[in-house]
Amino acid sequence: MTIKTWLDVSSQDAERRGLPAVKPLLEALARSTATLRTADWNFDATGEFDMPDPALPTDAR
Amino acid sequence: MPAEPQTITSLATSLATRQVTASAVVDRCLEQIAQRDSTINAFITVMADDARQAARDADADIAAGRYLGPLHGVPISIKDLFDVRGTRTTAASRVRQNHRADTDAPTIARLRSAGAIIVGKTNLHEFALGTTNEESAFGPVHHPLDPNRSPGGSSGGSAASVLAEMAYASLGTDTGGSIRIPSAVCGLVGLKPAFRDITTRGCVPLSSSLDHVGPICRSVADARLLYDVLRDATPGSDPVSVDRPVRGMRLGILRGYFAALLDPQVASSFESASARVSDAGAVLDEVGIAHAGDIAPIYLHIALSEAAAFHARALDSRGEDYTPTVRQRLEMGRYILAEDYVRALRGRDVLRQEVNAALDGRDALLLPTVPVPATRLGATTMKVGTGEESVRNLTLRLTQLFNITGHPAITIPCGRTLEGLPIGAQLVGPRGSTRTLLDIAEALEPYLGPGVSR
Repeated sequence: MTIKTWLDVSSQDAERRGLPAVKPLLEALARSTATLRTADWNFDATGEFDMPDPALPTDAR
Repeated sequence: MPAEPQTITSLATSLATRQVTASAVVDRCLEQIAQRDSTINAFITVMADDARQAARDADADIAAGRYLGPLHGVPISIKDLFDVRGTRTTAASRVRQNHRADTDAPTIARLRSAGAIIVGKTNLHEFALGTTNEESAFGPVHHPLDPNRSPGGSSGGSAASVLAEMAYASLGTDTGGSIRIPSAVCGLVGLKPAFRDITTRGCVPLSSSLDHVGPICRSVADARLLYDVLRDATPGSDPVSVDRPVRGMRLGILRGYFAALLDPQVASSFESASARVSDAGAVLDEVGIAHAGDIAPIYLHIALSEAAAFHARALDSRGEDYTPTVRQRLEMGRYILAEDYVRALRGRDVLRQEVNAALDGRDALLLPTVPVPATRLGATTMKVGTGEESVRNLTLRLTQLFNITGHPAITIPCGRTLEGLPIGAQLVGPRGSTRTLLDIAEALEPYLGPGVSR
């Protein structure tokens, strides 16, 4: 889901649930998510795949 | 001139040798609460009767030769997230106002076994989701040095209680800085141990993979004392404390992102403290974290997702019982997509590797704890440098990285502003080495600067 679609759907849902004050927070979250998605350390299924060992608890890595 | 508040380490000698009684010490703390807490609002529940009875028991035990050690007879306050048997655990929320704990959290049981006396349960930012202590069902906590300012948060009542001499130390929690931020702006020592060093059982969670438990107190020696009582010890794993000479100690000063947004007085105090450490013979060099710009998004996506999962049912059934801002932030977390949460976990691994790399060949990292001194109550933004920044983002800016990565971190007072507001410096050690960090912090404490409570 694109961030724009996500923001539209989430904002409509917050409005429907009677939580319009959440909408500006969702806009801030959308900017934060955009930063997260464009970080250069994200995985790319078409390229390298150096995944952490899932058998190890996150804390042990 | 009033006497300097005592550390636990110094009080313990007087208690052990019966120069002072636990009853007298507890009474002094309760008097402070009676005199000042109507202004400060540090406590949600004061346990005066229980504390007086525990003090009488401690005095009898010590007189009979049953001295339990340096916490015996020492008054401690507890952030109202921990279960203390027979009391409500409110988390500063109407959502939990009818809760009553049947048993002590393991950390509370450990404190009691060591002889500590619980004087009460302290106010906090509701459910620990905030850094100013303004959103609480029990009203805001006021800074003991200036009632128009926040003592920081979320363990704000804890820090205020220690600064105002209502307790000798407090048990707090730290999910993004909630021990270190209030400790720094109140001129105290605050320890966030390595992840999972101290159990979080019996403590209302905020974000299970970021939550840490630790002490707020008046010296590094007191932090060590409390850490040793609180930690999850493995038989045979007791580490030995080592006197570490400052000369030759290698410290990395975090720059770039970590120095970009600092109040001028915080920057100046930190530079002076660093110079004193350098003059004492430590070897300082500069180091960066390549993806520091991703810290806040990674933190936000992990913290809010985990918090929303814990609160989902109560948000649906009792949403109106939350304070409005905390409710809105929790609701925001319910909209985070699973793929973005997983991205944030990937980012956590990247940041962890980068902090490990920054520590490679160095004993610890050194940086300011909070970019600004105690903020004014009611302020949502403040000017730093050329821009207006969110108080929440600013206060979390230098602490949340080490919740993401799990490295141990401690704040130590390093100076004051011209208005007399405390400033803290933060030391960060290798993962799994809280005890080593305490050794380093104890060696550096006299050089970083005198705190208000020492």
